[in-house]
Amino acid sequence: MEKHVVVIYPHPDDESFGAAGTMTQFREQGVPVTYLCGTLGEMGRNMGTPTFANRETLPEIRKQELIDACKALDIELRMLGYRDKTLEYEDRGEVAAHLKGILQEIKPSLVITHYPDHAVHPDHNALGAAAIEAVRLMDPADRPTVWAQALTEEIDGKVRERDIVNDVTAQFDTKLQAILAHKSQASPMLGLMNTEDKETIEAVKDRFNTESFFIWKYDD
Amino acid sequence: MKPIVKAEVQNLLNQFINKDVYIHLETTNGAYASHLNENAYNVGAYIRNAKVSFDQAKIVQDGNIFRVGLKMEIGWIYAEGLTDWTMHEETKLLMAGHDREGRLMVSLQISETPFSY
Ligand SMILES: [Zn+2]
Repeated sequence: MEKHVVVIYPHPDDESFGAAGTMTQFREQGVPVTYLCGTLGEMGRNMGTPTFANRETLPEIRKQELIDACKALDIELRMLGYRDKTLEYEDRGEVAAHLKGILQEIKPSLVITHYPDHAVHPDHNALGAAAIEAVRLMDPADRPTVWAQALTEEIDGKVRERDIVNDVTAQFDTKLQAILAHKSQASPMLGLMNTEDKETIEAVKDRFNTESFFIWKYDD
Repeated sequence: MKPIVKAEVQNLLNQFINKDVYIHLETTNGAYASHLNENAYNVGAYIRNAKVSFDQAKIVQDGNIFRVGLKMEIGWIYAEGLTDWTMHEETKLLMAGHDREGRLMVSLQISETPFSY
């Protein structure tokens, strides 16, 4: 059993779409889960449907949505204070040192983050790389296991089997609750689910019912 | 935000003329554009809290969308595709263009005090 799980993603809603089922499985086992959320998604394009946010009110709205989602998932939340869409321009070493400090304090047995270069959004790739670097900087004996989430089919040019494939069908209701907490962001994506087209609905459910990860291998 | 009414916004723009102001200017088609459609390119530009001064400001209507141009002593600022506006905290003029799904595509914001960063 894990001792403590730390999830590191850059945006409010990454946790709900990407790992809510997995986090719920850990919570069901009584394992503490902490979410380190990199930014407040300040630069998001979705302003609600119909629009209820603007560029200046969005950060506070998304912060509250994030707090609500973490409440639904029964996990601890820490906000890292970076700015949306700027993470790849930050000094990688500084971000890694920041994360390492938090990991040394929490002492998790497992860290979940994005797979660098295969997580589509530049913030995902940058924070994933910093998180993996943070763990690398730790004494090998103290390192937690790292699960890296890729959002592309192919990894380095070929389709690779994920090491961890979690069926979260049993946790789907909690996951959906967390997704829906992100009111300003969820509706366009979930618009797909309101269609009469059974195939589309199944495709969306299929996508959300599985959460998969690679186990990161450190060379040293 | 509410749909732009040209005269209202022109009045507000006039109030910023010949003052030191902070500009937020942004255009984006989202970080997932080329992920969702392999023929698309991700494009975007962003500047927040650029301190400038302009001596002319004009809003132009083109059907139901608007363009705003600001003339500075040694250059220009403009934004195209604006549809909505609001006054934020009573002092910050926010203008933005949204697509049919309500997603932000462009924004131009002017304030005498810096935007949060
Ligand atoms: Zn994200």
